[in-house]
Amino acid sequence: MKPVENAHLIEIRDLRKIYALGEEPVAALDGVSLSIDAGEFVAIMGASGSGKSTLLNILGCLDTPTSGSYLLDGIEVARRSRAELARIRNQKLGFVFQNFNLLARTSAIENVELPDFYLGRLGHSARRKRAKELLERVGLGGRGTHTPAQLSGGQQQRVAIARALMNEPPVLFADEPTGNLDTKSSVEIMNLFTELSGEGITIVMVTHEDDIAAYAKRHLLMRDGHLIKDDKAGRIGQM
Amino acid sequence: MNLFMIFKVAMRAIWRNKTRSALTMLGIIFGISAVIVVLAIGKGASANMVAEISKMGDNVVMIFSEQRHAAAGVHGGAGEGQSLTASDGLAIRRELAHLVKAESPEVRTQMQVVFQDKNWNTSIYGCSTEFPTIRNWKISEGDFFSEQEEKQCARICVLGQTVANNIFPNQDPVGQTIRIGNMPFKVKGLMETKGVGGMGQDQDDAVLAPYTTVRRVLQASTFPDNVRQLKLSLYSMDQIEEAKEEIGALLRQRHRLGETADDDFRIIDMAEISSTLSGVSNTMTVLLAAVAAISLLVGGIGIMNIMLVSVTERIREIGLRMAIGATPVNILAQFILESIMLSTVGGVIGIVLGIAGARSLGDVLGWPILIETASTVIAFLFSAFVGMFFGFYPAWRASRLNPIDCLRYE
Repeated sequence: MKPVENAHLIEIRDLRKIYALGEEPVAALDGVSLSIDAGEFVAIMGASGSGKSTLLNILGCLDTPTSGSYLLDGIEVARRSRAELARIRNQKLGFVFQNFNLLARTSAIENVELPDFYLGRLGHSARRKRAKELLERVGLGGRGTHTPAQLSGGQQQRVAIARALMNEPPVLFADEPTGNLDTKSSVEIMNLFTELSGEGITIVMVTHEDDIAAYAKRHLLMRDGHLIKDDKAGRIGQM
Repeated sequence: MNLFMIFKVAMRAIWRNKTRSALTMLGIIFGISAVIVVLAIGKGASANMVAEISKMGDNVVMIFSEQRHAAAGVHGGAGEGQSLTASDGLAIRRELAHLVKAESPEVRTQMQVVFQDKNWNTSIYGCSTEFPTIRNWKISEGDFFSEQEEKQCARICVLGQTVANNIFPNQDPVGQTIRIGNMPFKVKGLMETKGVGGMGQDQDDAVLAPYTTVRRVLQASTFPDNVRQLKLSLYSMDQIEEAKEEIGALLRQRHRLGETADDDFRIIDMAEISSTLSGVSNTMTVLLAAVAAISLLVGGIGIMNIMLVSVTERIREIGLRMAIGATPVNILAQFILESIMLSTVGGVIGIVLGIAGARSLGDVLGWPILIETASTVIAFLFSAFVGMFFGFYPAWRASRLNPIDCLRYE
């Protein structure tokens, strides 16, 4: 047998996800194979029901596939317990959601610190220091004590990005990160993603907007549970 | 994630819904304060009872005559037998002097006591000169009757305070002559106030006279030496078993009982009486505590209800925490701790309220109150247990949630 090749950060083979809805089983993912290298900025596109969210959930270790293999950083994660998946998400993955999902009535800095509460890598003061640096990094240096209600949508999403970076994960997953934002804020967020990508962080983003997808370097198009297009040249069109 | 962090998160969650948290705690607050009050009253009552019983006398042992079981004929009740005599008492006093500090027969008759235009119906106790020692009852005015007067069947008596107050409202009774039944008696002394006895009777409503006089003169008995009861006071309660054995042997010998015959007397000590009475009060305490425990159960169900609501309300928070790395155990711990904090904060408030309530009940109603540290600690631990028990199911439900469903929940 050939040794497992570790060149790819993410490598999935023949991934299937079957939902048993009613009498007919529905395949949300029907044999998807794909590999993503470290440092790539990937946009997953497709109509609703195409399976793009299911793919992102499985890539993000929030869901497990019915069959197939998923190597993350050389480790098989397709069949792991809930607790093991939680630890993988905590250490290797960062999440940015459409509706920000910040803890209400909790200061920005404490929201950013949250991933390390579960990891416990840093002490109290080191954690606070890193959270402050991350807030400065996303351009919210002076807003650490603000609660989500006191921040605009764009600012909230930047807090969420800072939180996703807290445990220095190699991969960032973004699910429609600009879906709830105005054009100006959307541009700011996408510029931030481009900067992070330039620093070597792998970003996998789901979107249905072409102009947002245009920031990514690679585009995947899903339809009916199949990956129908993988455009590494970064061109969009005829989708 | 360390415990302090979980603690902080739980504290914040409780603080955010102040009104709801307070209302949820209310069940536990009432339950715990009810437990504290009930235990304080129960323990106070039994401690008081024990104290009252020991007030009845000093290391007291009572001997009753008991009718031997004849095959036929009328059976009398306790103390109705004819076997016990004052001479038995004197023999015990003489031969067991190393154990027995004081000895007195006790005979009692209910009679009218008259002085001039006042009269009063009371108990006349026939006893020996050592009776005040046994009962721990001192003379306050005049003197107790002497051994000489006891031997002579002198018509001499000593009054309890209640009797004196009723027939000598404005006058010193010592030296006066009263009538008991139709016999004149000289009042030689006045006993000090003894108060309410362990059974609720007025111990001062009594006249004391030599048992010889009571038996011969007042009761005009054909067998004046027979007595209903002998009372002894021992030097120490530690010797009670030895004393009972020796008294029994002596009485059996004096009564010429064969080896197979039953005792014609019964020996009872105060420890037996107090354990019977505190048993009654313990049963009451257990019953009341059970009622209080039911109210705690209801409080616990209230906590479970609110925790289930809280889990549903914060489902997106749960989803987010799971997405960024909270394990099911982390979520379980968070919600259980929140529930434990709700119940223990309620428990502490309940303990404070309960202690205050028990104290003021004691002040207002004059009930004896005893708040034991042990029952307070148990109440606190119980409140923590209620939180853990009723918080487990909601927390377990939260920990089983699927992060994707939580994040999508609208």
